[in-house]
Amino acid sequence: MNRLPTIEDEAGDKYKYGFVTDIASETAPKGLNEDIIRLISAKKGEPEWLLGFRLKAFEFWQTLSEPTWAKLKYDKIDYQDLSYYSAPKQKVAPKSLSEVDPELLATYEKLGISLKEQEALAGVVAVDAVFDSVSVATTYRAKLAEKGIIFCSISEAVKEHPDLVKKYLGSVVPYTDNFFAALNSAVFTDGSFVYIPKGIRCPMELSTYFRINAKNTGQFERTLIVADDESYVSYLEGCTAPQRDENQLHAAIVEIVVLKDAEVKYSTVQNWYPGDKDGKGGVYNFVTKRAACRGANAKISWTQVETGSAVTWKYPSCVLQGDNSVGEFYSVAITNNHQQADTGTKMIHIGKNTTSKIISKGISAGFSNQTYRGLVKVSPGADNARNYSQCDSLLIGSTCGSHTVPYIENRNKSAKLEHEATTSKISDEQLFYCQSRGIGEEEAVSLIVNGFCKEVMQHLPMEFAIEAAKLINISLEGSVG
Amino acid sequence: MSKTPLLEIEDLCARVEDKEIIKGFNLTINEGEVHALMGPNGAGKSTLSNVLCGKKGYEVTNGSVRFKGKDLLSLSPEDRAREGIFLSMQYPVEIPGVPTSTFLKHAVNAIRKYHNLPELDTMEFLKMVREEGRKLGVDSEMIKRPLNVGFSGGEKKRLEILQMSILKPSFAIMDEVDSGLDIDALKVVSEGVNALRDGKFSMLVITHYQRLLNYVVPDFVHVYADGHIVKSGGKDLALELEEKGYAEFVKEK
Repeated sequence: MNRLPTIEDEAGDKYKYGFVTDIASETAPKGLNEDIIRLISAKKGEPEWLLGFRLKAFEFWQTLSEPTWAKLKYDKIDYQDLSYYSAPKQKVAPKSLSEVDPELLATYEKLGISLKEQEALAGVVAVDAVFDSVSVATTYRAKLAEKGIIFCSISEAVKEHPDLVKKYLGSVVPYTDNFFAALNSAVFTDGSFVYIPKGIRCPMELSTYFRINAKNTGQFERTLIVADDESYVSYLEGCTAPQRDENQLHAAIVEIVVLKDAEVKYSTVQNWYPGDKDGKGGVYNFVTKRAACRGANAKISWTQVETGSAVTWKYPSCVLQGDNSVGEFYSVAITNNHQQADTGTKMIHIGKNTTSKIISKGISAGFSNQTYRGLVKVSPGADNARNYSQCDSLLIGSTCGSHTVPYIENRNKSAKLEHEATTSKISDEQLFYCQSRGIGEEEAVSLIVNGFCKEVMQHLPMEFAIEAAKLINISLEGSVG
Repeated sequence: MSKTPLLEIEDLCARVEDKEIIKGFNLTINEGEVHALMGPNGAGKSTLSNVLCGKKGYEVTNGSVRFKGKDLLSLSPEDRAREGIFLSMQYPVEIPGVPTSTFLKHAVNAIRKYHNLPELDTMEFLKMVREEGRKLGVDSEMIKRPLNVGFSGGEKKRLEILQMSILKPSFAIMDEVDSGLDIDALKVVSEGVNALRDGKFSMLVITHYQRLLNYVVPDFVHVYADGHIVKSGGKDLALELEEKGYAEFVKEK
């Protein structure tokens, strides 16, 4: 009788999005220095103030060293051995999909996000498709523009809406925040910009698909979302990447500003290449995501389903400055084979009567390791702050690990903070029960896992929830045997 | 009338880790027959049902089991269920977060798929569950709850029978279906079980007590001790057992 999980050699082949699109890329020489940053800035035709921002960030970055406190082990990254800029060769931004490189469109078809189809589906989802750092197609913009909503690439926003970008860029995640934030600030290539004007409810889900495609190109996406007073937007971020042998660095920043009475929902399905079954290759994902609820009654809700990347370092956070503001974090993280994830959230209570909720579900299989790391901080002035945290871990097999590191810092006597945590295993009894009803083992695992994650999945928009459920099943294939 | 054998167990021996539990077990169950297997605690009754259904951790060291003429032991646990074997468990497990109805739908469709039948959609499925559920006092609120989570003993057993009636097996093993049931629940469960007896459907009823057999009347009763059958007889054997206890029969060996 063998009780160890027999990890089938399928896992590496299961990454069905692992293909490389052959589009001639314009790539900067390897290495990071002031000249490269000036090159990036010049290529993008940026104003002086932005170049200044980048150079200051670079200067600061050079004084920092890579953080080592996370429970992650990976080969040292040689930052001078990476190329920091790569753009598909397309001089003029396309005005319609017919101007877009057909091969690029074919890539999207493979990913199941045919833009043509989406355009036909009138007004359901708007996609600002990011392909290797430069936005090549933007749909529905006109429709959004009618309501005064801005949804474009950040490079474009720098040109078209410099005042907004200048006002908010780096205001939530300053370049001094951490090593990876400083790096991103110095070299970010593109990303999305969203502005929802006062009193406007965005009529559709805004969606960006990220994709890493050029060899040895670090990905430094930068997203900035500003929700003005009394506005609402739901934003979807989903990613897939081609299969690669060498590790790929990704250090993104997402900044969200939520003003008075506004609400932002940010949902992520992250499916970057996790490496093969032996832990070879895979994306290194070091992300800084933070939202500031600046006005009273502001609300931010993060929902994430993390199934990809070899290494994940990610803590989407909520800074609750406005009185009565609300922060939520719903997360499902799945690791299999040799994946490592150190992820969680930070809830910073500053305003009065602020509330936050954390629901984190971690599923570990194979030889993977997962850590929930969270901080709930209540400042002296945050009267009646309230937090509820629930961190559940599910283990599949006996060779994976799960760790929970919740930090709580409370400086206000009126705060009410609750923390619950559980660790459980999919038992042989549960599997046998399902099997004795005719349900196969893998289907049984996916049924049990989906049940475990349900509380989080129900916060995803419908079409995303379906995709996420599929991803969960793909991620866990071969995890029992 | 010639009898068609459904389940043929020959000289079965099985162990858990290094412990021999089943030692030379022989039994043939024909279509339409109800057999009761009675025996003291620790005789290996649950081991037998687990071995027949293919639970991990049991090693068959000798003998054969044929089901509808097929080599049962070579099938995966799910394929045994799909072939028509149902195990009503003594302690049904809880699966948090999975609604009972979702679980049942997966089971029904997994079996239908195996037999190349079209899968039921949600409406068809719910209609069937409602009809069957009504007979067993399982309402639609109950099947919305996570599988077995917080169910009373009686609710769990009624759900087992509900599963049996919607999965329509040709053979069921009822492992201590009466444990934890009060007399009213026992009646409901027994009626549910009896409703399935159509002259083809067969059962192996595993129990400690004769009580259940007043309601689910067996064609044959076997006394099981020390890993094999020590005595077989008609339904009166159960009454005799009730009176004399197991010690008498175990000695007869």
